[in-house]
Amino acid sequence: MSNRVLMKGNEAIAEAAVKAGCRHYFGYPITPQTEIAHYLAKRMKDVDGVFLQAESEVAAINMVYGAAGAGARVLTSSSSPGISLKQEGFSYIAGAEIPSVVVNVMRCGPGLGGILPAQGDYFQCVKGGGHGDYKNLVLAASGVQELFSLTMEAFDLADKYRILVVILADGTIGQMMEPVIIPEDTDMKIFDKPWAASGKKGGNVHHTIKSIYIDPVVLEGLNNRLQSKYREIEANEVRVETSALEDAEIVITAFGTCARIAKNVIKEAAREGIKVGLIRPITLWPFPVEIISETARKDSVKAFLDIELNAGQMVEDVRLAVNGKKEVLFHGRTGGMIPSQEEILDIVRRIAGGGF
Amino acid sequence: MEKVFKITKGLTGVPMHYCPGCTHGIVHRLVAEVLEEMDVIESAIGVSSVGCTYNNYDYFACDMLQAAHGRAPAVATGVKRVHPGSLVFTYQGDGDLAAIGTAEIVHAAARGERITTIFVNNAIYGMTSGQMAPTTLIGQVTTTTPFGRDAAIHGYPIRMSEMLSTLDGAAFIQRVSMHDVRNVREAKKAITKAFRLQSEGAGFTMVEILSTCPTNWGIDPVGSLEWIKEMMIPQYPLGVYKDVTAGGDK
Amino acid sequence: MARVTFDEERCKGCGLCVPVCPKQIVVIRTDKLNSKGLHPACVERQDLCIGCAFCAIMCPDQVIEVER
Repeated sequence: MSNRVLMKGNEAIAEAAVKAGCRHYFGYPITPQTEIAHYLAKRMKDVDGVFLQAESEVAAINMVYGAAGAGARVLTSSSSPGISLKQEGFSYIAGAEIPSVVVNVMRCGPGLGGILPAQGDYFQCVKGGGHGDYKNLVLAASGVQELFSLTMEAFDLADKYRILVVILADGTIGQMMEPVIIPEDTDMKIFDKPWAASGKKGGNVHHTIKSIYIDPVVLEGLNNRLQSKYREIEANEVRVETSALEDAEIVITAFGTCARIAKNVIKEAAREGIKVGLIRPITLWPFPVEIISETARKDSVKAFLDIELNAGQMVEDVRLAVNGKKEVLFHGRTGGMIPSQEEILDIVRRIAGGGF
Repeated sequence: MEKVFKITKGLTGVPMHYCPGCTHGIVHRLVAEVLEEMDVIESAIGVSSVGCTYNNYDYFACDMLQAAHGRAPAVATGVKRVHPGSLVFTYQGDGDLAAIGTAEIVHAAARGERITTIFVNNAIYGMTSGQMAPTTLIGQVTTTTPFGRDAAIHGYPIRMSEMLSTLDGAAFIQRVSMHDVRNVREAKKAITKAFRLQSEGAGFTMVEILSTCPTNWGIDPVGSLEWIKEMMIPQYPLGVYKDVTAGGDK
Repeated sequence: MARVTFDEERCKGCGLCVPVCPKQIVVIRTDKLNSKGLHPACVERQDLCIGCAFCAIMCPDQVIEVER
C-alpha cells in the first residue's frame, strides 16, 4: 500500500531519486532548491548512499561525470546561476554519453537576479547552454506529485538513452507543499552498463569515458550517432498534457507554474462563454511539435497565447510548430513577478473580442 | 637469462605521442609498474586531465575517464565514492592542477578523498605550446612571458606540495623528480607509498613530479634534466611534505 | 653476462639513455633511421653490458628490455 505524504516539491524530488535507486548526490547550496540537499543529507544515510556537498557547482557536475561514468545512478541539483556554472559539464556529459539527472529549480535572472521563481532558463536547458551540438532531455513539472513521478522516470530515461535529463521546476513548485503518493518499492528497471569505467575486471578491453576524438571522421561519427539518438527520443519520448482543445478558439501554451494559472483561466473563461484550451509541454525537449501543429490546423482555433515567466523563450518553439498557420501571442513576466489569473483572463477576453 | 627489466602490463603498449625526451613517458611507466606490482590493473580507475597527457587513457591499461580541464579531482571523487574498493588516481599537469583546477585539488585534499594525484610539474603549458603556468619560474621565458616572468606583473610560482600539506585531509605528499636514475627510483617508491596509503584509507595522497618539457623549454632532452636540477629544485625542493605514517614505518 | 634489447621502431632518439650508462656503451645510431625518421639508440658492445637497466629506467618510451 503506497502512502500519501504532504511534501515540498524539492523534497519530493529528493525522495523520488532515492526510490529510483540513486545512491550518490553531489550538490551545492543555492536558493530555492537547497531543501533537496538538506533532505538527502539525512536520507542517504538510511540507504547507505553518498551525500557530498561539493566546493562549487562546477565540481558537483564533474563529480556526477565521474560517479555516473563509473556506472552509478547519480543526482545533482541547483538553481539558474548554478546551472550556468555546470554548462561545460553538461557538454562533456553529452559527448561522453553519461546518464545523469540534474535538477534546475529556476529563479529569476539575469545575473544574481533574485530568488523568486522564473522560467528564464528555457533556452539554456532546452537549446543547450554548453558548447557543441547536443541535447538535454528536459522534463518540466507543474506540481509536486508530477515532480516525484518525473524524477523517477528521469533516471530510467537517462540510463535508457545515456543522456542528461534535466528536471525543470521553478521556485514556486520547488517550495510549495502538496500531497504526494509514494509508491511501494517496485522492482527497479536495472540497466546494464557494460561501457562504465568501473574496473576492467578481466575484460580484454579497458573502458574509457571520454568526449575527445582528434580524428574528425571519428568525431563526426559520434555527432551523427548523437543526432540519430536525439531523433529517436523525439519520436518516442514526447510528453504533453492537453485540456479542452476540442472546440477551443484560443489555445494557451504554458509549462510549469504558468500552466497551473492557465487551468484556472480556462474555467473562468468558460463561464464567460470563451472557449480556451491548453497545451502543456511536459517534455520541453523533445518538444510536442505535432500536437501544436495539428491544433493550429483546426478552424475553431483563432489564436495561440503563450504565457511564460520570462521575456519570451518557449514562444519561439510554439511559433515554429504553428508555422504561421495561426497567430501566436505572448504574455510574459520577469523578475520574479507572476501573472495573476485576472491578468491572463483580461488578455483572453481581448483576444476573444478581436481586440488583438 | 632472466628479464630484469621488462615492459609493464600496466601500460597498453600503444606508442606514446610525447615529444622525444619528455619525461611524462617515465612517469607513465612508473604509475603503470606500481599498478602491476599491486595487482590492481583490473580494478584501478584513472582520470586523465587536459594537457599533453589528455589521452593517456590510451596508455594506461586500467579503466580511465577523461576529465574537463582542472576537474579531475572532482571526477575522481565521484568515481571513488562509487567504487571505494578501487584504486583511483588522477594524472594532472601544472596548468590543470595549479591554475584552473586549484579549487578542485584543494577541496579533494581537504576532504581527505581516498584518491592519489600524480601531479607532473614542468613549469609550463606544454600542449598549447609553451605558455606561462602557475609554476613557471621568475625570469623564465615562455610564449606569454616573452621578457621573462616578472613577479610584479605575473605573480609568483606556486609550491603546491607545501600548500596542500597544510590540509589535515592530506595523508601523504612528496615532491620527487625525473632528472636522474636515483630520483626516478625514489619517485617510484613515492608512488607506491601513495597508492598503498590510499588503499589503506589514510586520506588524500599526492606525488608532485618535477618533469621536463624539452620542446617548449627550448633545451635538448639531456640538458632539460640539468635544468630541473639547477633551476627547478631551488624553487621546488624535493622531499616529503606530509606523511601521516611518519614516525611509523617510513 | 647481460643483454639489452632496443625496440628501434619505438625509439625517438631522445638520448636520455646515453649518459646514464655506467659503461658508456649506449649510442644513438646515426647510420640508421626508424620509420619515424628518427635515429634509434642501441648498444653495440653487448659484451660490456652489466645489466644495470639504468638506460631502461630513463627511457620514456618502453624501448628497452634487459636480461641478466
